[in-house]
Amino acid sequence: MKQFQGRVITPGEVTAQAVVTTEGFNTLASFQMALQFGDKDVKCGDQSNRQLYGKPLIGKALCLPQTIGSTTGGLVLYCACAMKKNPACMLFANPIDSLAAAGAVLADVWVDGVTMPVIDSLGDEFLNYVKDGMTITVKDGGVVEVD
Amino acid sequence: MFLNEEQQAILNGEKGETLAKVMKTLVMYGEAFNAEKLVPITSKYNHLVTSFGLKVMSPVYDLMQQLLDAGVASGQKFSVDPRPIDKNVPANFLQNLVFNKFMYTKQDFYEEQLEKLGLMDEDAFSCTCYMDEVGNKPQKGDVLSWAESSAVVYANSVLGARCNRNSGIIDIMGSIVGYVPYFGLLTDEGRKATWVIKVQTTKKPEAQLLGSAIGMKVMEDVPYVLGLDKWIGSELNDAACAYLKDFGAATASNGAVGLYHIANLTPEAVELGESLIAEGAKEYIIDDAELERVKNNYPVIWKNPDAAPKLCFVGCPHLSLEQLKDWTVKIEEKLAANSKKKVCIPTVFTAAPAVLKAFNETEYAARLKESGIITSYICPLMYMNNPLCKKMPVITSSNKLRTYTSAKYHTDAEILEIITGGSDK
Repeated sequence: MKQFQGRVITPGEVTAQAVVTTEGFNTLASFQMALQFGDKDVKCGDQSNRQLYGKPLIGKALCLPQTIGSTTGGLVLYCACAMKKNPACMLFANPIDSLAAAGAVLADVWVDGVTMPVIDSLGDEFLNYVKDGMTITVKDGGVVEVD
Repeated sequence: MFLNEEQQAILNGEKGETLAKVMKTLVMYGEAFNAEKLVPITSKYNHLVTSFGLKVMSPVYDLMQQLLDAGVASGQKFSVDPRPIDKNVPANFLQNLVFNKFMYTKQDFYEEQLEKLGLMDEDAFSCTCYMDEVGNKPQKGDVLSWAESSAVVYANSVLGARCNRNSGIIDIMGSIVGYVPYFGLLTDEGRKATWVIKVQTTKKPEAQLLGSAIGMKVMEDVPYVLGLDKWIGSELNDAACAYLKDFGAATASNGAVGLYHIANLTPEAVELGESLIAEGAKEYIIDDAELERVKNNYPVIWKNPDAAPKLCFVGCPHLSLEQLKDWTVKIEEKLAANSKKKVCIPTVFTAAPAVLKAFNETEYAARLKESGIITSYICPLMYMNNPLCKKMPVITSSNKLRTYTSAKYHTDAEILEIITGGSDK
């Protein structure tokens, strides 16, 4: 087990299995088809992301450097949370980007009954260490344990 | 974050619970970037990214309704991204059924909401709101609350306005309270380049390919591009602006670029030169081989990768008036060379309603139509955003459309060859 310290963007505690991308996560490209056409697993639809394409995102600990792409990204994330089709948590190696921050904040302020902890600044070592399927526990104060 | 008396009062709920939640959203958003204050928006108009009445996005329309019910309106009029459907664009029975009865059933409802919230006018639907014909063109130094990645990067880079890559919903919340958090691309420090890009190609690089390569390399950082003025000049004329529009859209969609500087061309690069380059900036050299490598690496997810194209989209982001004229001439010349009258693949050129209106007043409009080209105001991305299109071999010269859909990318020259029957690739 290894522990990493990040910064809390939106709080919460959760344990989930990791899905990992070392490339930028394109929120619109990843979620659009799954949300629109009722994919229960919310499989990643971003053809350009060979690490995630086709993998389920719902309920997973999504480990990523940052999000990229369309400025619908934040509202897509907000919709995913409102529809309860969101990842269990989002764990950023880098400081968070403006679109992901918007999605996290919109969900936190405007969606009742959904908690999706978002932690950033976990560092490159976190993304080098974590692999698909590892168990991740997010604790208070931005502590992330990887098993 | 420091809030002035007025901002604190809003946050405390003195102007209602809904406005307090709007202010809380902006404050939390800013605090994620250690913003120390909110600053006033100074542009005349806003621009929103959410233009589509997708049934599945009902949480967005519910939120907009909360704003309307609370009597909260945008302090600025705004333009918005393109409409998703247009009867002019070829669609089969099943596609029309899916578009009208399943996907975009909220379109009319949402457009009514936009009108009540402050839409500029019924034609203010385009990702290129900054075109003269559309009329939402900010001044240098203006502070914006815009969303739409291609518009934000254009406003920052070509017009010298100041705007972060705001998400949809955050965009309108800024103009509801009249302030945005001060961080990132609003600050002098945040506008410094952390990458130096050296363009060393032997010919003018394709705008959307060069943008893609840079976007994928620098992600959300600011690049300072050397050597591009050799190919596109040192004057921001129509051709250079159209090039930078397409280049920027690719940097923003293939990466997350919100601002770039082009040496000797874009306003801040002309004014401040290489003093814009931050200490320790990284370097990326782009030559012909690198562009070829990037292009060859794009995945093709058609069921049959060698299928003959069934549809072609040009104009993501929307075409300018000059681009429509240029394409008209090129298509005519190529068709004549190939002894053909019309394009051999259904081809849709997209542009802002106001640009199309201006184009239709020129002699070029009838000539383009005679070549078999369909013009439309839609967002090609929204058209293709469904599983039916995944099975359809669509080609495009838009790297943004390629990124978000199953469309296959070709350069403008390749598209010209294919649609005029010079090549079937």
